[in-house]
Amino acid sequence: MRRGKSAARALLAALPLNTRLERQAPPYSVRDRIGDWIFPPRGPEAGPVVLSQRRVYILPTSAGLMFAATLVLLLIGSINYNLSLGYVLTFLLAGVGVVSILHTWRNLARVALRPAKTRPVFAGDSARFHIVIENPGAHQRLSLALQLRGMDAVYFDVPSRGAQDIEAGMPAERRGVLRPGRFRIFTVYPAGLFYAWANVELDLHCLVYARPEPGHVPLPPAQAATGQGGTRGFGEEDFSGLRTYQAGDPPRRIAWKASARTDIFLTKQFSGSAAAELWLNLADIPDLLGLEARLSRLTRWLIDAETAGLRFGLRLPGIEFEPEFGASHRDRCLQAVALYKPARE
Amino acid sequence: MRPAGLSLIHVTALLFSVALVMAPHAQHLPLWITAFGAAVLLARFYLGYRRKALPNRWLLLAAALAAIAGVGLTYRTLYGRDVSVALLTVMAVLKMMEMARPRDTMVVVLLSYFLVITNFFYSQTIPTAIYMLVIVWFITATMISLQHRASSPRPGAMLRHAASLIAQGIPVMLALFLLFPRVEGPLWGLPQVNYGAKSGLSDVMSPGDVSALSLSDDVAFRVLFDTPPEKPSQFYWRGPVLWDFDGRTWRAGATYAAESIEYEALGPPLNYTVTLEPHDQRWMFAIDLPTQAAPKSYVSVDYQMLARRPVRERVRYDMQSVPVYRVGINENRMQLRRALRLPDGAAPRAQALAASWRGELSHGRDLVQRALMMFREQPFIYTLAPPELGDNPVDQFLFETRSGFCEHYASAFTYLMRAAGIPARVVTGYLGGEINPLDGYLNVRQSEAHAWTEVWLPGEGWVRVDPTAAVSPLRIERGLAAAVPDTDRASLRARNRHEWMRKARFALDAIANSWNQWVLGYNPERQVRFLSQIGLTEATWQNMVIALIATSGGILLVLALALLVRLTAQRLDPVQRAYAKFCHAMARRGAPRKPSEGPRDFAARVSLQFPQLREAVQRIAAQYVALRYGGEKDRRVLEEFRRGVNVLR
Repeated sequence: MRRGKSAARALLAALPLNTRLERQAPPYSVRDRIGDWIFPPRGPEAGPVVLSQRRVYILPTSAGLMFAATLVLLLIGSINYNLSLGYVLTFLLAGVGVVSILHTWRNLARVALRPAKTRPVFAGDSARFHIVIENPGAHQRLSLALQLRGMDAVYFDVPSRGAQDIEAGMPAERRGVLRPGRFRIFTVYPAGLFYAWANVELDLHCLVYARPEPGHVPLPPAQAATGQGGTRGFGEEDFSGLRTYQAGDPPRRIAWKASARTDIFLTKQFSGSAAAELWLNLADIPDLLGLEARLSRLTRWLIDAETAGLRFGLRLPGIEFEPEFGASHRDRCLQAVALYKPARE
Repeated sequence: MRPAGLSLIHVTALLFSVALVMAPHAQHLPLWITAFGAAVLLARFYLGYRRKALPNRWLLLAAALAAIAGVGLTYRTLYGRDVSVALLTVMAVLKMMEMARPRDTMVVVLLSYFLVITNFFYSQTIPTAIYMLVIVWFITATMISLQHRASSPRPGAMLRHAASLIAQGIPVMLALFLLFPRVEGPLWGLPQVNYGAKSGLSDVMSPGDVSALSLSDDVAFRVLFDTPPEKPSQFYWRGPVLWDFDGRTWRAGATYAAESIEYEALGPPLNYTVTLEPHDQRWMFAIDLPTQAAPKSYVSVDYQMLARRPVRERVRYDMQSVPVYRVGINENRMQLRRALRLPDGAAPRAQALAASWRGELSHGRDLVQRALMMFREQPFIYTLAPPELGDNPVDQFLFETRSGFCEHYASAFTYLMRAAGIPARVVTGYLGGEINPLDGYLNVRQSEAHAWTEVWLPGEGWVRVDPTAAVSPLRIERGLAAAVPDTDRASLRARNRHEWMRKARFALDAIANSWNQWVLGYNPERQVRFLSQIGLTEATWQNMVIALIATSGGILLVLALALLVRLTAQRLDPVQRAYAKFCHAMARRGAPRKPSEGPRDFAARVSLQFPQLREAVQRIAAQYVALRYGGEKDRRVLEEFRRGVNVLR
């Protein structure tokens, strides 16, 4: 989305982290202020939020004001030239304008919003928030728009008695939990003369992993497993047999041929006399780089270690993840890095 | 250079909107403007179709200035209605060339709406109104399509949505039309709107003038009587009174407002309302003899009712007349002398005839009867197609051709009277008309134009004599169609005798009349009258505004309720309804269904909680799954399912 602002992002990254790792929201628009005045924000609402009648506000758009000015001109013309059909035209258009208030408002009223699963992203990418918009009514909702603060609106239709999953992006600049905060759902459909909107704050959050350090950073050397000297561990070298698949096993270890024969997923097991254990430790990265850069490197290592199919563990001050394989293990580690807060001195 | 960044469907729809609005102007715009407009619109379509860049600002400015100069040179002015329409046309089509971004499109939509009104300068007929309604519909659909952001608009759906917006706007429009406080225009300047001088009577009459009129089907005026008289078609509607004769042509000459008219009513007065079509002349028609003048008019010394300004718009006025009267007994000498004047040397034979009658008879009445007897007894023919008359029309008509229309008879008779020494003048106007059974209005058409004579007799005043009646009593009794021979080229209207054609004509007339009365003629005065009819006697603007707000508020409330009723109402089918009942029953027992629970999971949980219900609950769940998801259509299963639910309640 906002590439080329790397300098600003670097500056942001260098700033000390707040206790809540949230993005500074751009200022409210006038419409939002009016909305907040009538309906004060109450923090995120859980579950589906139904846009009840009193939550939907409506005001003319600039096109609506121009439409009104056109009507005034038509009225003056009709009076001046005694044009009866001019009156008819003026009043018919006025009727259409007034009726369009109801239609615009109806297009938005009574839709329900609920948060859907949002996948974690890396800092520097765009967080994709998923929101499900439900339309319990019998008519189609057309050209609704959802606008996260400071972002471009996302337009969508919702079929009658149906739902639509909306993806709204927001740049994730810093690691931590990104909350879009209060966002706006609006519509000008059908006539474009009126703008109906509602401000909603759903319990939406996106986990933002630290930005992986760019380029290739060699992994730290693996160490022999300590403490459990005699135990036969699972290693990398020798194939030792098959076992049933467990969540978290790396896909490349699945014995596809054997699985096809037996109808259950089987995982190949390897043995090594002393399987090397890769420990990724924040303390191993020089302090000189600064905390964020060190976390970036850890993130890079976590990704690379999992890609290489290694068994790895993570150590942060006060947090330790035992070495394991697999993507879900990696994700747990990444989350720990993302949410890591240094203890106050 | 700017790229044409709009979708082709929007560009096309907007071009069509402007083209459709401006198309009717092709009738009266100079050809080059029409050609220019068409060329620019086509060029814009081509650029949109080929996704090419639009011409730059300076080129457009140059084109606009050139077009304005062209309009100025063509019309020799830059002021006035026609010029304004020409300039608007030029500017509107050039605006299309400037339409590059989505936000320009709304301006074009509003411009198209505005341009609709320019058509009403020229025509406010029902077909124009229908055409403009269709255009407003199209523009509205275009406007809606512009708001489609998530999916591309489907024309059918846009037109339907626009139709529903317009249909729902119509009640609001009616409330505004009827109740919005009307102001009498113009606000400034003189409006130049003028629907063209229509055919009608004039202040000169030569042989052939009235018969030419009688071919016209145009309505001259319409009349609604307070209490319908027995024979409404036998009234004489007084129009121009002609005094001065040059041997061929009668002229009205000078007349002036009467200070007061002395008359004696010999019968009950008649009250009625006239709706007069514009005829660009000053006569306001009323049944002979009007007792007072209509607003903004006066009654002249020869009892013509004259508007202060030529009638250029349809006017409506209440009138009272006394059809049987005596008037002008004390006519002033000058007027009587004027009513005796004859051109030198014209019609010597007629003069000789009149002189011979004068020798035989002394009373005015007898002389009148003598002349009428001549028309009746000699072979005079009443026809719409008389032979051409030469240098001496009166003599030629009386002694040679002997066939003519009412103006020939009135002219010759008046001449004879003057020659016999009786003051006489020609009166033109209308005789007849037709009651439309559908709305009760008497329609008087140009074809009912008529000319007759008034003679002044001592002790009796001005007395109407209709010489045509002597020749063709049918003209007076039954109207023109019955009176003229079939071979005459009378208008279709006067001649058609098919019943269905008459009925169709009545229906069309009634529609046209209600249109005139209620749409075109709905002015401040009519508004006050309408409001008093519906009980709003004090029609101040405050009251109107209150009534307007109340009415439109009511309309919008009803609309809002109608629009909102289906917003959430989920229409459940019988299966869902029964299952909802079941869930409700379980909830009362203390086992509410969780939103995430499917019917089978729910049944399993309920079975654990209430083992005694296990069988019934499992059966209901199985039936529900079969009915709702399994495509089970058997009505007996549904019945059983419902019974099972009812047992558990």
